[in-house]
Amino acid sequence: MEQVHLNIDGKDILTTSDRTILEAARENGIRIPSLCNEQRMEPYGACRICLVEVEGARGLLPACYTTVTDGMVVHTATEELIRIRRTILELILSDHPKDCMTCESTGSCELQDLAYEYGVKDARFRGEEHHYEVLADNPLIERDYDKCILCGRCIRICREVQGVGVYDFVNRGFDSVPGIPYDKPMMESPCEFCGQCVSTCPTGAITSIPSKGKGRSWQVEKVRTTCAYCGCGCQLDLHVREGEIVEVSSPLMVGPGQGNLCVKGRYGYSFVQHEDRLTTPLVRKGGDLVPAAWEEALGMVANHIREAMDDEGPDSVAFLSSARCTNEENYLLMKLARAVVGTNNVDHCARL
Amino acid sequence: MTNSIDDLEKAGCILVIGSNTTEGHPIIGLRIKQAVMQNECKLIVAEPRHIRLCYYADQWLQQRPGSDVALLNGMMNVILAEGLADEEFIRERTEGFEEFKKVVEEYAPERASEICGVEADEIRRAARTFAGAERAAIVYAMGITQHTTGVDNVLSLANLAMLTGNLGMEGTGVNPLRGQNNVQGACDMGGLPNVFTGYQAVADAKTRDKFETAWGVDYLSGNPGLTLMEMMDGAHAGDIKVLYIMGENPVISDPDVEHLKEALERVDFLVVQDIFLTETARYADVVLPAVSFAEKEGTFTNTDRRVQRVRKAVEPPGEARDDLWIIAQVSSRLGYDMGDTPAPRIMEEIASLTPSYGGISYARLEEEGELRWPCPSADHPGTPILHVGKITRGKGLFSPVEYRPPAELPDEEYPLVMTTGRLLAHYHTGTMTRRVKALDELVPRNQVWVNPGDAEKLGVGNGQEVALQSRRGSIRLEAKVTDKVGEGVVFVPFHFGESPANALTNPALDPVAKIPEFKVAAVRILTGESMAGINYSTSVT
Repeated sequence: MEQVHLNIDGKDILTTSDRTILEAARENGIRIPSLCNEQRMEPYGACRICLVEVEGARGLLPACYTTVTDGMVVHTATEELIRIRRTILELILSDHPKDCMTCESTGSCELQDLAYEYGVKDARFRGEEHHYEVLADNPLIERDYDKCILCGRCIRICREVQGVGVYDFVNRGFDSVPGIPYDKPMMESPCEFCGQCVSTCPTGAITSIPSKGKGRSWQVEKVRTTCAYCGCGCQLDLHVREGEIVEVSSPLMVGPGQGNLCVKGRYGYSFVQHEDRLTTPLVRKGGDLVPAAWEEALGMVANHIREAMDDEGPDSVAFLSSARCTNEENYLLMKLARAVVGTNNVDHCARL
Repeated sequence: MTNSIDDLEKAGCILVIGSNTTEGHPIIGLRIKQAVMQNECKLIVAEPRHIRLCYYADQWLQQRPGSDVALLNGMMNVILAEGLADEEFIRERTEGFEEFKKVVEEYAPERASEICGVEADEIRRAARTFAGAERAAIVYAMGITQHTTGVDNVLSLANLAMLTGNLGMEGTGVNPLRGQNNVQGACDMGGLPNVFTGYQAVADAKTRDKFETAWGVDYLSGNPGLTLMEMMDGAHAGDIKVLYIMGENPVISDPDVEHLKEALERVDFLVVQDIFLTETARYADVVLPAVSFAEKEGTFTNTDRRVQRVRKAVEPPGEARDDLWIIAQVSSRLGYDMGDTPAPRIMEEIASLTPSYGGISYARLEEEGELRWPCPSADHPGTPILHVGKITRGKGLFSPVEYRPPAELPDEEYPLVMTTGRLLAHYHTGTMTRRVKALDELVPRNQVWVNPGDAEKLGVGNGQEVALQSRRGSIRLEAKVTDKVGEGVVFVPFHFGESPANALTNPALDPVAKIPEFKVAAVRILTGESMAGINYSTSVT
């Protein structure tokens, strides 16, 4: 790996020889459009929307696939490039539904954003259009191949990152789609329902069923937090709309997961607002647990602890703190046991 | 973990033992798979079941449940015999090698093989692969610890790491995967009967002085308290009068559930603070409604000692209240004023009393996202890898470890070995995941995995309803006939209250760590008419 000087759109850039033009540009605040590229995967060079002009090179080069070299001079937004990108978008849109009004991905669709940016209102090209059946053969992941742009991101994330390989291109030419072997339902495939394919799909071709209709990207507030399941500690963005968690994603290249999530992390959130949640203290009266006011419940707890401390000593009281609760909560319960009650009888389920 | 999740990809070899990583810790599983697929890391999986990681492995060692010490001693015997040990590391950074060597010399691969069931040549090959890698990492989970020999198993892994010099560098280490989001943090915070925060012993007078001064009290006890299993026994015997449980569901998670239920019934006063009316809360005298992770501010410490923020995203339902508030309220009613308890202020108090958390603050976490302890001061960057240059205790201590069999072995009456574990779609006692409709649809019911050979002998078909019985209890569930378990072994996930695996598990404890032997219990399968007239454990009311 060596140091490399190059110039992109008039800006002198110092980077290293392992970088692609796309990476070097992004790291320096220069945006080159892309569709098939995503940070979690190897470059693929399929969509050609990231073509750039490199002085002295034969033809135009895909920025995602071309590594930088010393002295390179790159132009990312010439008139010719813009014309080519528009044509690529028009070709894609010639066989793409125009149902952005109801499409689940509106607002987070990379194709929609580029069509908007490049002012592509309608496709000049008229030709055959696909009309596949929408596949919702499982509780989590819906596939609408009409919206597939064949970028291969679902195939590659499942194979390269997840190491599973549920998808691959089936059929040829115009009829290619990222299919599942023998067109089986996802429940019968090795799919782990991590939703990584959903997280990388640039359009509305692969979407999460539980989030359907629950909120547009601009309607949700994203709250960064840590997953509450296993000990990996993946970073989550909870998408909240009007007080309800409607979706979960993970910030790319951040934390232990680097933007990847499992089925529990991505889809295991609706318990938070489940109707079974406890909403009031309960105390046992006549054999049954009945709702009570906080004052009464807390008073009972304190009285019984006090009584046991006085009659039998502090060690007749025991506390279980929790591997599910926060550090601060565990600290405070430990302090309650030791400093207030005066017992070391405090443990939790570390062994279980 | 001695090392970081991020540096697994630097390993030339990873030994995964007693961890179904892709299901129990899916994202660490993902990082291991990436190491194999992208970096040509050699993966050795030692596991009684065929797990998904076996598809990526260079070698799968199918040891008998509870025979890990024999397998590891066998591998180390080969490493010594073939001169593959890291002699410089042993000489300069460890002690106790000679006594250890004497024991390991008794475990020639052939003898180890007889005990653990893995062929001698496979043991040799695994030893050569592990010792031959420039950097080799060990990853383990509850399959190693939940045995009456849990401590022995862990010591054996430490021996293997030291023998091959695999400590204190990227891509090496002894890496336990902690099973719950904040089990590391709960331990760090002194949620243990013998230590205050940061593992400062209650028996140490100076430490007690420090905490007494900070807390303004003068009566802190120097006698270690009771462990969880001892508390339950105490409650059963009538010695524990009040039991206060915050965010735990032992009726599903603990071994020998029937005994535990009796303990909860007998205890004079049971307080449960939780977000649902769990199987455990049903036994309570008072239930306090707490808030979920999405409704509060705080921090979790993950398995590689990374302290990260938890942030409030939504309001809690009804009158459910923040756990910090609840604890402070109980405290003030007992005459001790904890003052204001916003999470950032509590972290300041933790940092002031805990050397390893000394440099951790909300301001820094906001800025830096994550900090790995030990992080002793505000200008300390945190510690991704432990034991760099020098082992923390001074010299790494080799421990001579002899194989001991599990507490309960199969016999004529109970001829099968049951081992328990988790599934990808569910989590622990199922309180959360089984209330997520889509996850419950993926795996709606419990199954016992039975080897086709055993199934044929017993006349059990795939999908058939059977009874599973141990000396402690009985459950009814569906049979899944699969060669992913070996003959004589059955596997049962423990997420399902309607057929709780822990009605059957053995409460026998490791003598040091007091961890129960969840991974080995003798059981039998009943079918047809013999299933009638049995009192089955179930939490469905």
